[in-house]
Amino acid sequence: MDFGFTTAAYVVAAILFILSLGGLSGQESAKRAVWYGIAGMALAVAATLIGPGSGYWLLSVILIAGGGAIGYQLATRVQMTQMPELVAAMHSLVGLAAVFVGLIAHFEIVRVGQMIAEGSDLSELGNFASLIAKKDGVELSILRVELFLGIFIGAVTFMGSVIAYGKLAGRVTSAAEKLPGGHMLNIAAAVVTVVTLIWYFNTGGFFPLFIMLLAALFVGYHLIMGIGGADMPVVVSMLNSYSGWAAAAIGFSLGNDLLIVVGALVGSSGAILSYIMCKAMNRSFVSVILGGFGGPQGEQMAVEGEQIAIEAEGVAAALNEADSVIIIPGYGMAVAQAQGAVSELVKKLRAQGKNVRFAIHPVAGRLPGHMNVLLAEAKVPYDIVMEMDEINDDFPSTDVAIVIGSNDIVNPAAQDDPNSPIAGMPVLECWKAKQVFVSKRGQGTGYSGIENPLFFKENTRMFYGDAKASLDKLLPMID
Amino acid sequence: MKIGTPKEIFAGEARVAMTPASAKELQKLGHECMIEAGAGVLAGFADADYAAAGVEVVKTAAALWKGADVVAKVRAPDAGEMKKLRAEQTLISFFSPVADEANMQAAAKKGATVVAMEMIPRISRAQKMDALSSMANIAGYRAVIEAGNNFGRFFTGQITAAGKVPPAKVLIVGAGVAGLAAIGTSTSLGAITYAFDVRPEVAEQVESMGAEFVYLDFEEEQQDGAATGGYASVSSPEFREAQLAKFREMAPEVDIVITTALIPNREAPEIWTADMVAAMKPGSVIIDLAAEKGGNCKQTVMDEKIVTENGVTIIGYTDFPSRMATQASTLYATNIRHLLTDLTPDKDGVINHNMEDDVIRGATIAHGKEVTFPPPPPKVAAIAAQKKKPAPKELTREEKAAAEVAAFKQQTKNQVTLLAVGGALLLAVGLVAPASFMQHFIVFVLAVFVGFQVIWGVAHSLHTPLMAVTNAISSIIILGALMQIGSGSFLVILLAALSVFMCGINIFGGFLVTRRMLAMFQKS
Repeated sequence: MDFGFTTAAYVVAAILFILSLGGLSGQESAKRAVWYGIAGMALAVAATLIGPGSGYWLLSVILIAGGGAIGYQLATRVQMTQMPELVAAMHSLVGLAAVFVGLIAHFEIVRVGQMIAEGSDLSELGNFASLIAKKDGVELSILRVELFLGIFIGAVTFMGSVIAYGKLAGRVTSAAEKLPGGHMLNIAAAVVTVVTLIWYFNTGGFFPLFIMLLAALFVGYHLIMGIGGADMPVVVSMLNSYSGWAAAAIGFSLGNDLLIVVGALVGSSGAILSYIMCKAMNRSFVSVILGGFGGPQGEQMAVEGEQIAIEAEGVAAALNEADSVIIIPGYGMAVAQAQGAVSELVKKLRAQGKNVRFAIHPVAGRLPGHMNVLLAEAKVPYDIVMEMDEINDDFPSTDVAIVIGSNDIVNPAAQDDPNSPIAGMPVLECWKAKQVFVSKRGQGTGYSGIENPLFFKENTRMFYGDAKASLDKLLPMID
Repeated sequence: MKIGTPKEIFAGEARVAMTPASAKELQKLGHECMIEAGAGVLAGFADADYAAAGVEVVKTAAALWKGADVVAKVRAPDAGEMKKLRAEQTLISFFSPVADEANMQAAAKKGATVVAMEMIPRISRAQKMDALSSMANIAGYRAVIEAGNNFGRFFTGQITAAGKVPPAKVLIVGAGVAGLAAIGTSTSLGAITYAFDVRPEVAEQVESMGAEFVYLDFEEEQQDGAATGGYASVSSPEFREAQLAKFREMAPEVDIVITTALIPNREAPEIWTADMVAAMKPGSVIIDLAAEKGGNCKQTVMDEKIVTENGVTIIGYTDFPSRMATQASTLYATNIRHLLTDLTPDKDGVINHNMEDDVIRGATIAHGKEVTFPPPPPKVAAIAAQKKKPAPKELTREEKAAAEVAAFKQQTKNQVTLLAVGGALLLAVGLVAPASFMQHFIVFVLAVFVGFQVIWGVAHSLHTPLMAVTNAISSIIILGALMQIGSGSFLVILLAALSVFMCGINIFGGFLVTRRMLAMFQKS
């Protein structure tokens, strides 16, 4: 069978995927970019169905349609605040699919091997099996390594995503937890993996593969359990990267270039995202993966002063007088579902001709860009939503800064206290504004458990209460 | 303790240091209040009002000075009042330790305590007692009103059926409390307002009040205002020249000039010279708030209004606060009341003159038979000194070019190293791996490279859509399942079918969610 047509379609699909990712550089071009991605996927699937996958094409189409219906339901029903959970859950599907495809490849190798040994007719084999049958010894060995890697990464992705989903959905504790033994367990699992790889490489049996699968699932579980809630943006993009590498590894074992190309694209994209997130937190990638903050190097600065509370009337009066306002949303806004109320507040303030803008820290929320999506959902125009670097210099000329449910990303200790666990992390310098209001549930510390000197500053007032309830109280007082 | 307020003797002084409202507050501190008959009349407070507020109204000044333990008044005491001041008595009033040095010595000798309102330190805690600021605020407001009174045109520009009226242009020199108050008043009346100050750090405050800050084309190491307690200091001759040149350029255009430039304990600097006055349009007005210290304009006559030959009105009144006696008295009485609150920490009517307190120590110039001026520097700095930013080193062109070349070389070096290492690794792989593997491997490396290049350009705000779309795309693994589904045993078909199904969820879910998210992004 000649698959020249399929290969040509793959080339077009690969280019479409690259354009799709590249198009995300701007909000307008992004809308077009998604269509490139959809077209690429449709082309790739159609070409495969007509070409090498034509055997059971009807079954495939039915399955895709069935899955698509579920996906459609999920995508249209999901709340924007649940986006992190959804993305994590979807990663687990890709990981599991990679494991299955890898296992199939293994079964096929075994089957084809048996058939050759029995000397039966090879022309009856399906496309994939006949591909295997043509391979010589070295190629088969490489194939084994590839599918081994594919299964390993897939399993780590699957289990990690399930745990990440649990953490994000609040079903698993978001605190960083480690089994006794800590990194030794991970190292042990890694050693087991290497041993089974050698074992599998030599024998090609199912048993080492199975042990490796268990080890990989354990690594995925333990790795993600050990990462605290505040580092979730990194975790999610990291898992995204893993799912890409898994696809690429499977691509190698199947000899499919499109899988390799797309897997590599997704893998490198996730890796870059993780890198950006880590840089925004001034932490090394390794320390995030290994979990937890390093122990404090010395005495942390004691925080002096008191937190002064304020009622909605005071905030409203200050907002009515202010000319420029900067709002700093954080995960607390997402939890309280306050983005609608925030948007309403912004609309009212902007109607009075005030300069209202948003300052978004790269790691605000639980996903990279989480806040942007929430604000977009609440119909906040994206041109008043600024990145940290764009807006940090404007705080001194700002009348009022409102911090809604964020903590560590506005912690001045990152700059002032060299012994703080977050020392050196770039933060939004909201305390330079003339007045700062902090909407917060209570006097507790943030995810990192660090006291925030911002709350004790002279120009800071604490607006206690659930973010949405507070804003709803505030809204009628803005005229 | 008895707090007493006599009638002001100074000619034209209409203010009074106690109002019925402040008296009520003082009584809450445990004090008794007394006032000389008629003391509040000029400020709009009748004796009956005081009596109603529980204040004892005494007929004569002599009786008041005799009966009161604390005398609170506005103006510094004259010779007659100094005689009435007795030992163990506390006097609270404006009292310049420099100009009234003899009186200060005399008061100390007598054993009286004198608290000078202008000596209240400028720290945040003492703002509520800062009578200089509250009076300057009134002076600034009144200066604009007075200017408007003598200016023959509107402040605001109008286009009426009877013709077009250009807006007035107001220049305010010195953006202290008075200057800022004047800026606020002037802009709210609709004039185009310019303001100047030798302290560049106040430009922000000026602009926040709606005026345009006049910048000089002048580079100088400015002294930080924080070092002088927020007051202006003497500037260099070169700076002065640049400043005068700028004013000279503006003089023909501005209609109203309000000067408030004062340097503590010095004669007022001349900033509006005779030639600038001459260059102004007839009908223009100059209000010189520094008239008491010799005037920022040398033609100013203290306490008088003159009109120059070219028709420019120059007003040198020094009694602006007194011209708004009700307002000024209310604010001043509140300042006094806050001071007495600090002096009566236990609210039991007993004055505790705590000389350890920065504010009380700073304002007290005579206490316990001793002159206590000047005070030691306060423990709390008035304004947090701005950290000196290390000036970015001005690089010469050669240095810049050299730095660029060095950076370029470093970059080249890095890239070449990376390429060399990467190339070597690829070669190493190529030596062992068979050709069929290398074909795929090259595709893989190129794709990773393309991915890195492309993803850097993605906007921060689109990172979540990026993850959703890459998630959808990563279900390309469906191809693998599709290829396998047709070959082999039931187990293979089952696993492949499951994979296809899950990828189907992912493809549709991922792309739809991305589209949903992107559709929400909208421009304002």
